[in-house]
Amino acid sequence: METSAQVLTFVALLLPFAAALAAPVLTRILKHNAAWILALAPLWIFFHFAGFLEQVADGGAVTGGFRWIPSFNVNFSWFLDGLSLTFALLISGIGTFIILYSGGYLKGHPQLGRFFSFMLMFMGAMQGLVVSDSFMMLFVFWELTSITSFLLIGFDHGREASRRAALQALVVTGLGGLSLLAGLLVLWNMTGASELSLLLRTGDAVRDSPFYLAALLLVLGGAFTKSAQFPLHFWLPNAMEAPTPVSAYLHSATMVKAGVYLLMRLNPVMGETDLWETILPAFGGTTLIVGTLLAVRQSDLKLMLAYTTVASLGLLVMLTGIGSDKAVEAAVLYLIAHSLFKGALFMVAGLIDHETGTRDITRLGGLRDAMPVTFAAALLAGFSMGGFPPFFGFLAKEEIYAALGFASPWLAVLTLVAIIGNALMLIIGLAIALKPFMGHERKTPKEAHEGPPLLWIGPLALAVTGVVSALFAGTSHHYFSSPMASAVAGNSVDVHINLIPHLGLPLFLSVVTIAAGLFFYGFLDRARFVVGLLLQVIGWGPDRGFDQIIRAILRVSFFVTGLIQTGRLAGYMTLTFIVVAMALLVPMIVYDELPAIPEFPSLFFYEWTVILIAVAGLAAVVFANNRLTAIVSLGIQGFAVALLFMLFGAPDLSFTQFMVETLSVVILALAMTRLRLSPTDHRPALQSAADLMVSSLCGLGFALVLLKVTQLSFDDTLTQFFNANSRIVAHGRNIVNVILVDFRGLDTLGEIAVVMVAGLAILALIRIRVRRAVGDNVPGEGM
Amino acid sequence: MRTVIFRTVAPYLTSLMVLFSIFVLLRGHNEPGGGFIGGLIAASAFAVYGIACGVSPVRRAMYFHPMALSGFGLLLATLSGLLSLFFDVPFLTGLWTSPHLFGVELDLSTPLFFDIGVYFVVVGSITSVALALEEREKS
Repeated sequence: METSAQVLTFVALLLPFAAALAAPVLTRILKHNAAWILALAPLWIFFHFAGFLEQVADGGAVTGGFRWIPSFNVNFSWFLDGLSLTFALLISGIGTFIILYSGGYLKGHPQLGRFFSFMLMFMGAMQGLVVSDSFMMLFVFWELTSITSFLLIGFDHGREASRRAALQALVVTGLGGLSLLAGLLVLWNMTGASELSLLLRTGDAVRDSPFYLAALLLVLGGAFTKSAQFPLHFWLPNAMEAPTPVSAYLHSATMVKAGVYLLMRLNPVMGETDLWETILPAFGGTTLIVGTLLAVRQSDLKLMLAYTTVASLGLLVMLTGIGSDKAVEAAVLYLIAHSLFKGALFMVAGLIDHETGTRDITRLGGLRDAMPVTFAAALLAGFSMGGFPPFFGFLAKEEIYAALGFASPWLAVLTLVAIIGNALMLIIGLAIALKPFMGHERKTPKEAHEGPPLLWIGPLALAVTGVVSALFAGTSHHYFSSPMASAVAGNSVDVHINLIPHLGLPLFLSVVTIAAGLFFYGFLDRARFVVGLLLQVIGWGPDRGFDQIIRAILRVSFFVTGLIQTGRLAGYMTLTFIVVAMALLVPMIVYDELPAIPEFPSLFFYEWTVILIAVAGLAAVVFANNRLTAIVSLGIQGFAVALLFMLFGAPDLSFTQFMVETLSVVILALAMTRLRLSPTDHRPALQSAADLMVSSLCGLGFALVLLKVTQLSFDDTLTQFFNANSRIVAHGRNIVNVILVDFRGLDTLGEIAVVMVAGLAILALIRIRVRRAVGDNVPGEGM
Repeated sequence: MRTVIFRTVAPYLTSLMVLFSIFVLLRGHNEPGGGFIGGLIAASAFAVYGIACGVSPVRRAMYFHPMALSGFGLLLATLSGLLSLFFDVPFLTGLWTSPHLFGVELDLSTPLFFDIGVYFVVVGSITSVALALEEREKS
């Protein structure tokens, strides 16, 4: 039983990737209706994870996995407590609807299959991220979400803006990922725990460590970039270049919450310090205000939603940072509410865009008759966003105010921030839910009519869930909010809030927020103008800053490249040899490790003869005034050395040396004929002298090192090991070969890969030269 | 270089050298030899053939593009290492089996296939470079 659940969970983790593989083929056969089949994958995953609800609600946790790289203590293991389970269910549940929605939204798109594939891959990555137990797995999936999000944002790769947004998101979140990796490694070193479930049991070890600050800053680097906290928020609105299903899924419901997930996950071990409780609310609060203000500025439905998403993420970070049980409950409730209503609203925005041809709020109106279902979904989601009863958003808002209050000046400031932010969000929520549907009917680029079921099923389902979950608050708290809040807080927390509000400060603040929001709703157009004016006065933002940084990096790299890469082969070779000579000689001289002068060797007559041949070959190389002669003479010297190997009992080595020498003479000669150099040497005398100097130094260095090596005492542990084991363990008498193919097989595998890549590179080089020579009158060809 | 004698002898010389290279490859585990040396011998065989008779006969004789042979070798070497996954031992662990074929006991092992992979990589890469360099002489 236990093992079969394990296997099924493993299958659930792999299934999205398998579905991604099948998606292009299925789409070719079934066109957009493939969505119905592909959506079964996340649906099955949803029900699989839902099976754990009972166990997790009782305070248990589901764990499992297998050893992955035992030598580094890295496992492939998962860990499902309230936090991961709720996330996993949101991802697979919303994912099911998003797949359906994608089928409708991109109906007839030639690359629909690819889109499904990317989407499912992302789903798998996100799924893996939230259930990962081991640090390495967490990091791998974290990076995978960045990469898949890059592919999805840049899906419409024909457009410049799309490519720029994709690259920007990748750079920002990728850098954050590296920061996270460093942070995780610091945590690993601090506690010795390589898994989240173990880390959570280390108590105060992390907080008390002298490296706490470093770990905190690095982890925040990862979380803040992923969750688009000010001033790193700019990539998220730009990512709206992606098709709407992507925005609805990645950039509201799931991926951008990964940062919040990380903070929530680490709250029990890193939270409750002054630093944590200052940095997080400060950044979160700023993001909330900036996000809502920028949202007011926009008139594009998607961009309005994008900026409110930034703001909501800020709110979540702020609440996580406060860290009291109430604040954690509020964060949890708001996170669930936000995933539901924001996903639905994004899909509504896409639907409107799809059916009318525009998503500019100033050009939309009176769609209520043409698109009744969409209107219903928009209303339900919009009111949840505004925090009206009886929606889940209302519960979240009540809890937020219950958590804040006016107990200290710091909390009072945050309360004020929350009120302003929430009021502004209410305005925008209402604007999106009402403006396009109420009022006079406006002329739109396309004749407006209701979309197909594929398109409205998703938003409607999510919006309705937002009501139902609030109506049955007891059940949703039992299964979702309470276990999740307990996991985040690190101690057992019971969420009680329901639709019957208690008279008191929270309700009063809620009413104030709603009143303020409703009051200022009428001034939205004027506010948009004012904020726009303000931004024009400021004139500079992090988005332009990003461009400036990238441009600066490019300029530096151009400068450095120009400095180092002159493009002259002779220059490179000279530099390489000088470095080699210095590396050999300098340490030997500095540390006084020069070899002793060896005594004159007593050799046999034939050994002297071979040495003489080698020297003669060398002399011929140096004094030859014809290139071909020099190459062949070099070969003679090589053959003499091979003979020496043979004489001293290394047949394998000498054999190889013979072949290598033969082939290098052949290939060198062939290469020389191609280069069309003059057959003789025309270097000026000064150049020759310098070259002579470099080559002599290099030779001297090698000679001295070899001498020194032979004069040191020889450690023959390895020799003995190979002698003893090559026959017994590896069944071979030729030790050299056994080492190559068995004992050190991985090295050889790497070497042959290098041989092949080098071969390919040489081939490419030769081809380029041929094309250039042949295709002079066809500019651009082959380049 | 293209004397009549050389042109006549070259095919025989080449086939002998290739045969010898296979011999050297297969005996490598117990006697001097192995995939790397075998590959070098075969590569020089093809180089000789190319110098004697030109590049296109060599290409025709090899049938596959030499770089494809190289890729095949790398794949073979990797797969022979991956076989160990099915036996729950680390990557590239040598696995041996001795089936009786036609009354002869034959020692088969993953290092043998690994060595054959090395052979193909070396033959393929060096031959493709050599042939590409020779080809230009005509144009």
